[in-house]
Amino acid sequence: MTTLAMTGRPLLQVEGLTHRYGSRIGCRDVTFDLWPGEVLGIVGESGSGKTTLLKCLSAQMEPHAGHVVYDTREDGPQDVFALSEPRRRLLMRTDWGIVHQHPVEGLRMKVSAGANVGERLMAVGARHYGEIRGAALDWLGRVEIARDRIDDMPRTFSGGMLQRLQIARNLVSRPRLVFMDEPTGSLDVSVQARLLDLLRGLVADLGLSVIVVTHDLAVARLLAHRLMVMRAGAVVEEGLTDQVLDDPQHPYTQLLVASILHP
Amino acid sequence: MDGYNFAYLDEQTKRMIRRAILKAVAIPGYQVPFASREMPLPYGWGTGGIQVTAAIIGTDDVLKVIDQGADDTTNAVSIRRFFARTTGVATTERTAEATIVQTRHRIPERALSAGQIIVFQVPIPEPLRWLEPRETETRKMHALAEYGAMHVKLYEDVARHGRIATAYDYPVMVGGRYLMRPSPIPKFDNPKLDRSPALQLFGAGREKRIYAVPPWTTVVSLDFEDHPFEVQRWESCCALCGATDSFLDEVIVDDRGGRIFVCSDSDHCGERRAAGHVGPQPDALGQPVAEEAT
Amino acid sequence: MTASPSLSLAGIGKQFTLHVQGGVVLPVLAGVALDVAPGECVALHGPSGSGKSSLLRLVYGNYRAQAGSIAIRHRGQTIDVAAASAQTILKLRRYTLGYVSQFLRVIPRVPAIDVVAEPARAVGMTAAEAERRAERLLSRLRIPERLWSLPPATFSGGEQQRINLARGFVVDYPVLLLDEPTAALDADNRRTVVSLIHEAKARGTALLGIFHDAEVRDQVADRLFAMRPPSMAA
Repeated sequence: MTTLAMTGRPLLQVEGLTHRYGSRIGCRDVTFDLWPGEVLGIVGESGSGKTTLLKCLSAQMEPHAGHVVYDTREDGPQDVFALSEPRRRLLMRTDWGIVHQHPVEGLRMKVSAGANVGERLMAVGARHYGEIRGAALDWLGRVEIARDRIDDMPRTFSGGMLQRLQIARNLVSRPRLVFMDEPTGSLDVSVQARLLDLLRGLVADLGLSVIVVTHDLAVARLLAHRLMVMRAGAVVEEGLTDQVLDDPQHPYTQLLVASILHP
Repeated sequence: MDGYNFAYLDEQTKRMIRRAILKAVAIPGYQVPFASREMPLPYGWGTGGIQVTAAIIGTDDVLKVIDQGADDTTNAVSIRRFFARTTGVATTERTAEATIVQTRHRIPERALSAGQIIVFQVPIPEPLRWLEPRETETRKMHALAEYGAMHVKLYEDVARHGRIATAYDYPVMVGGRYLMRPSPIPKFDNPKLDRSPALQLFGAGREKRIYAVPPWTTVVSLDFEDHPFEVQRWESCCALCGATDSFLDEVIVDDRGGRIFVCSDSDHCGERRAAGHVGPQPDALGQPVAEEAT
Repeated sequence: MTASPSLSLAGIGKQFTLHVQGGVVLPVLAGVALDVAPGECVALHGPSGSGKSSLLRLVYGNYRAQAGSIAIRHRGQTIDVAAASAQTILKLRRYTLGYVSQFLRVIPRVPAIDVVAEPARAVGMTAAEAERRAERLLSRLRIPERLWSLPPATFSGGEQQRINLARGFVVDYPVLLLDEPTAALDADNRRTVVSLIHEAKARGTALLGIFHDAEVRDQVADRLFAMRPPSMAA
């Protein structure tokens, strides 16, 4: 993970983000910047609030307090939740990508692989079938799905292929920021490695900024430049990935790192 | 008829439906919810269209009812009788004479004129339903005009069949704003929706929705630049009247699998024959198809 | 020393607090001060447990210092690793600061040649140029060509160490950290590493390393920096 393009200002500025479920805390007072080309890992056990945080960051849920400011292409930094709903939804399906843990949540299972990839292009006005199909073929190739599977239904795909299809479906619109929720979580270990390697390559080649939630510290080490460790809804430690994993400061981080099984 | 109000529905209900229709006309292509009533027919038999017709019909109206283009099918005959009994209005099979045409699956071949109203029976009003099962989400998609994904369906057609194979209920944009299902009419009829001088009303009884295309509203069928919208064409002409520009039904005429093509619009075919047009097999069906059996 | 140092450590203090083990505090380093000039190679010298590897990791930003400063010259600026942001450290590592650790962290599926070429591509070399440099190093370090296209996960310890060395030398970093670079190598490859270090010094690279092999140490080190376990220092 060596590609890190630095520009003058963060792509995403998060300040005091808080979300509650009734009296329970989802995430509390989360503040950080994400820089262009940076991969930020959010780690923690289930229930630590990392998925809640990701949903708030990606505007799938509205936080109760705090700001998410995104550096839009057109108008520079804008508070995501102050944008009009059409603007925000347009942003979400063009400049952002969301890769769900379970590919069925992020795919249309009743239409072909090609249509799944082409949908975002059509959603922003592509009306030339040949060009849409060409882009779909290109992206299937980039995620290592055989071109002759373009007209097959996703249900005929393996779990690893489905996840790669979901990634292609997101990246076809050339987003600058991609949110990933446990991208390898539903895959067999043997399939995880391939996906991780593919993701590393795409992130570096496209200069993507990524926020990836994972409970798997090995995944975090491979993908993320920087880590935030969450516990009970709060960030307890953050820093360079290898620093957090090799020299953890907070008791909880030390416990997490000490709990990894090494084969 | 004793015991029933004019056109079966009570006046309060008719007023409620008229308000929905007015709103639908004011927002072309927008699906207006209405409190659909139980009708003395099962859903799927045109309860939405019947309620719309019942709400707008007056004593001086002339009603035509067609099903698949024909006036003499069971559904058309039942609905026509229903209104004849509950209103006493005149009925007709002639498109030109009708003030209201209630239809299932076709638009008459003869161009409608200003002052006429066509009422479509709609089974499923929501064009985005196949794409998005959540009603809250489809409403939002309409509100924000997020229709790009609708092309996914057309994409699938071209990928599978090499062309847009959707032949019925072909999605359209109304007035450049709302995506609309034109009901299961053949796409052959889609061009007739565009800038029609007649008022076009759509009623979905089970789904409780009314929508409308006011006169002269643009209606554009979705397509791709490299796969433009096209209507069906036939190799042959109508066997009875020789028409080459009407929607043809395939009819089996004998036990040996012999088949001919005839106009689906029985009134149109009859008018043409009355005017002296003759097809290659004018006696193929043994009787003029435009005449009602009863 | 005439040239200003490429690397300058002052007052470095490091301890580990093991919360999982009841908050035991392990002192590792205290008051370490050290300069390394361009073209100079300094060997850390001391018994095991004296904090040599920890010091290299502190300089690389892999460990966090509790006290002191770690100043590195980076593109005309001076950056304090102990205080720098994650972004700055990543930039420093990409362009200025190389690190050859004892063990190769294997990335699944990535062929050896790409593992070696990656840092070169990251500093902006074309893929072809990066690959050419990687090939030259792999050849010099006697990695058989048939292995280049294979992921190093299944390589022997010595082969993995040479992949790691190639990766560390593929970019001409101004500051290079070496943690026992010759531990698992045969005599021929040790000689290759010695010449790689000499070439780096000739380019003006400042090197800080741990060399258990006395023969190698004597050949490359300009001076030794003595380290003692902190309990003795205290």
